[in-house]
Order: sequence, then structure tokens, then C-alpha cells
Amino acid sequence: MSTTLELKNVHKRFGATEVLRGIDLSISAGERVALIGPNGAGKTTLFNLVSGRFAPSAGEVWLKNQRIDGKKPDAIARLGLARSFQATQVFSGLSVFENVRCSVLVGLGYSGQWLASASRLKEVTARTQALLEQTHLVEQRDTLAQALSYADQRALELGITLGSGADVILLDEPTAGMSQTETLFFLDRIKSESQGKTLLMVEHDMGVVFGLADKIAVLVEGKLLAFDTPQAIRANAAVQDAYLGDFSVSVPVSA
Amino acid sequence: MNATPWIAVLAGLVLTPVLLDSTWALTLLSQIGIATIACLSFNLLLGQGGMLSFGHATYTGLGAYGAIHTLNAARAAGVDFPVSLVPLAGGVAGLAAATVLGFLSSRRGGTALAMVTLGLAELVFSVALMGFAFFGGESGIAGNREMGSAPWGVTFASPVQMYYLIAAYAVACAGALYALTTTPWGKMLNAVRDNAMRVEFLGANPQSIRYRAFLFSAFFAGISGGLAALLFERVTPDALVLERSASLVLFTYLGGIQSFIGPIVGAVLMVLANAGLSSLTPAWLLYVGLAFVLVVMYAPRGLTGLMQTASAQPRAFYVRHGGVLLLLLASWVVAMAGVAALVEMAYQWQLEASLGPRVAFGVFQLQINRWQDWAAACAIALSAGWFFLRLRRTLAERLGAGA
Repeated sequence: MSTTLELKNVHKRFGATEVLRGIDLSISAGERVALIGPNGAGKTTLFNLVSGRFAPSAGEVWLKNQRIDGKKPDAIARLGLARSFQATQVFSGLSVFENVRCSVLVGLGYSGQWLASASRLKEVTARTQALLEQTHLVEQRDTLAQALSYADQRALELGITLGSGADVILLDEPTAGMSQTETLFFLDRIKSESQGKTLLMVEHDMGVVFGLADKIAVLVEGKLLAFDTPQAIRANAAVQDAYLGDFSVSVPVSA
Repeated sequence: MNATPWIAVLAGLVLTPVLLDSTWALTLLSQIGIATIACLSFNLLLGQGGMLSFGHATYTGLGAYGAIHTLNAARAAGVDFPVSLVPLAGGVAGLAAATVLGFLSSRRGGTALAMVTLGLAELVFSVALMGFAFFGGESGIAGNREMGSAPWGVTFASPVQMYYLIAAYAVACAGALYALTTTPWGKMLNAVRDNAMRVEFLGANPQSIRYRAFLFSAFFAGISGGLAALLFERVTPDALVLERSASLVLFTYLGGIQSFIGPIVGAVLMVLANAGLSSLTPAWLLYVGLAFVLVVMYAPRGLTGLMQTASAQPRAFYVRHGGVLLLLLASWVVAMAGVAALVEMAYQWQLEASLGPRVAFGVFQLQINRWQDWAAACAIALSAGWFFLRLRRTLAERLGAGA
């Protein structure tokens, strides 16, 4: 398999604090990778470096054979990378349909078009509608995003992330704050929607992690402690010590 | 969209001069048309794009200068440039200004944008005061809209012909601005307003989306300025002062920035306040400011939002609470009248030397040297205000109880 996303000796410093300390990570096309680690390990910072929110202090980030570190978020997104946010980032004054449509419009390259009404673009409408069905938001189609329940906002966050049609998807704690039933349902959605795509996901819920990931990356104190299959991670003594505790016995759904 | 009200509006615009034989009224309506284009173009920035620009008069003003210079240049060169297209030259001037000024303004959103627009507006105004040749100093640049051949005898010399020209432009510009809001770019502009960071991570550049909003907005603002230049046949640097920009912010917000017709309501209020209220009372700016503060605090969706809320209530709501609502409205009006009486007396007090102690206030004759008048105004304002607040609480309790 070809490498889709690669980090080479990536460092990130904020003032005197070094958050990432030399990360090497290589993700193949079509792989689903879960990024786990205790709070403050640098998971979201890693996401921010890959998606262009910050530039790394040192090291390189490659996406599909292009060097992307230092590029702006919109430039990276146009290369086919989409990310979601831990704290929901939707367009609060727009309806659910309009929210997802914005993403579809950008993905299909219509975002600067000003000569015809957006509702005339059949392709855009059809794709938006399909995404609403996939994320189970059809009934909320005309609801303003700010009026949605928390779980529906998370679903919308996912819909917006998928809408641009990117084939590399970064999900930052997609199930955070959800009930167990919602989490299981959501896991199912992510599984089917990420079919054939490369997925990198920060997640605290071990049920989700072991149920979904082809590989697990364990980040501790800014260093990559292990990067392997779920079975190998479960058997890894260092990971046990640092993070999982007595996790190997069962697969609980924890927050 | 239901077409009937729009056909009615068009018919009204066409028939008004036939029914209304008054130059004063026509000039007022013409000014409303001009202000409508200005407020709608401003709301593309504020309402649609979330960009609080404090320098919109820069574009209306430069548009006016562009138009008057086009008019004069065509006359000097003996070119038969159609006068009806002069406002478009104003639009081009606004657009040209925005290619640079709009670019600088749209780099950042939020507070930074407001600051940059304010600074640029001041800068352009100070340039206008210095650049005598182009801006004409205090007396400005004069022009004459009767020019060239008169196709079908139309010279725009009469107020009626000017009115029709402005009405046609207002309808066309409103239509174009509305259509823009429905386009993919218009939708992305809304998205940038709500969450620019998210737009960036989707793969679009918020800066270029904002920049385009400035270009469109300035083009239509320029047309508005061009029409004003034709109507008044003179443009002075006053067209660029901050007060103009502030007035656009104020009245657009008063009308309501969240609906498309809000700015039109604002434009009507702007012209009426400038022409009507200002001749009624020297304290008119104080009232405008007071109205603005009240709307910002209690009706952030503007007057249009208030009307929408009112019309969205079911009939049963009015049947049940009609009495309280009427009392609420009445007490508010009386309280405001009390406040207005105090304001009028205070203004007269300041000007007493020249105007004497009497203040005409509706049917009353107030005297500022009579303490009873002050006391009565105070008492009315306070008691009606107290009554208003109590009623408001009663209503809130009733609604809260689900009654």
C-alpha cells in the first residue's frame, strides 16, 4: 500500500513547552488509525499540524507525496484532507442542509461561483441530501444548526467533514460527550462512511478504538510510544504501563 | 416566493408620481431609493458577511465623485454619454476603490476589520480635504445632469424623470443584491460570517470570500452615490465623512440586518429622520441614538425582526394577551413622550437666550421657567415607565406559566 500521510521527525514547541517531540508516523491509503493517549499528550496538536492550523517547529509533513507543513488550512483541504473538531464547529445561523451544502459546494469547487442560484446546482443538492441521509439528519434538514441537540450537532460536524469529499479524514473525538447508545450508533456511521478512505481519529472511547481501528498509535508526552495493530497494542507492556492500565482484560466503553 | 407583494411594490413605484404631485415628496422618495441601495449594499457586508464596516460612505462618496467627474468630463469632451448610465460610472469608481481598500479591509474579520475600515475611511476623508482638484474643497464639484441628446425627450431635468431613474436603479440593484445572496458564493459568505475558521478547513479561503463581498458592496454603494450626485448635481467632501458611514450602520441595524427587507426599512427611516425629524426638533440626533441603543439592547433583529415576531404569533395569543399588549404599548408611548418632553425642555433651556422659554410639544405649550412643567414631565416619564416594566413582568410571568 502506498503511504498517504507521513510525519517525519515532527516537533512542536509553544514557547518553552515542547508539545510534540519527534513524531514519525506513516499511514497507508485506506487505513483506519486511532490516535490515543492521555490528556495533554499532544493529540490535538498533531491534528492541528497536519491540517495546517499551525506549522511544525521542525520536521516534515507529507500528504500524498506533497509536503504540506507550513501550508495554509484551505490549501491542505484542497489536497483532499478534511478534519472535524473536538468542540463542534458548525455554521450556527444556517440550516442543517445549508451547513452540509457549504461543505459540498467547496468540495466541488463552487465556492466562488456567483452567477447562478445555489439551489439550481442539482449535483450539489443531490450530494447534500445523500449526506443528510447517511448522517441521519434528514428530519432536521431545515433546523438551524444552533437549535440542534448535542448528538445531532456531532452528526452534523461529521456530515460537514465528509461533505467536501476528501479521502483523508481526521476526526477529533467524534463521540465525545455522547451516551453509549449514541456512541455505538455513531461508530457504525463512521465505519460505513470511511469505507475506502484514510482515517485518523483521536478517541478516548476504547470500545470505539478497538472496534474501528486497523492500527493504533499511542502518543504519550509528545512521543509516539507505539504504532501497531490493536492486538499488538493490547499486548504491549509499555502501553499497558503508560495508558491502558488493566485494559487488556475487557473492552469497556469509557469516557 | 410569492410574487404578489412585489408586483404591488412595482405598481406603487410606477404610479406614485401620477398620484402625488409634489416635488418635495418626489425628492424625498428619490432619496429613499438612493438610501435603499446604500443600506442594502452595506448589509451585504454586515448582515450577510458579519463584517462591521465603519467606512461604507467611502464607497458611496467616491462613487458620487466618480459619477460627477464622468458627467463633467463627457460634457467637456462633447461626448454623448447617456446620463442614465452615469450612476454605473459611480459603481465602477466604488469598485475601483474597493480593489485596494476592500483588499486591505478583508484580510481579517471581526474587530480588526472594523478598525481597518474606520482608519481607511478617515484616511480617504483627509485626502479629500487636501486634494482640491479632484474633490473641489469645501464647495465640492458641481455638475449639470441635463446633457447630450435627449432620447425620447428624456433629459432627467424634472424631478419626476429623476425619480423614475432612481426607482429603476433601486429595483434593479435590490434584485441583483438579493440574487447574490442565493448564489454559492453568497452562501459561503454566510458561512464565513458564522464560522470563518471552519470555512478555511473546508478548503475555501475566507479572505477571498470577504474580499469579493467588499467588491460587490462597493459597486452598489458607488451606484447609490452616483445617483445622489445626479440628484443633487453637486458632490462635496461631506459625502465621505464618518457621520455618513455611522448613519448607514445605525439605520441598517435599526431596520434589521437579518432579513433582506430590513435595510430597506432602515433606508426609509434614515431619509425620514434626516428630512422630517430634523426639521421638527433640534434634538433629533439624540432620538436616533436613543432608538439605536434600545434596538441593540432589546430588539437585536431590528424593527423588521419585531414585526416578524409580532406576525408570527397565533391569533389566540392576541385574543388572550391583547389587553396587556395594548397597555404595554400605551405605557411605553407615554413614557417616551415624557422623556421627549424633558429632552425638548432641556434643549430649549440651552438655547433660551435666543428662543424664549416656550416649547411647543404636540398640543402642549411647555415653559421651561415653570417648575411644574419639569415636574409633570418627570412624573409622567417615571410613572409610565414603572407601569411599563410592571406590565412587562406580568406578561412574562403569564407566558412563562404557559398561559
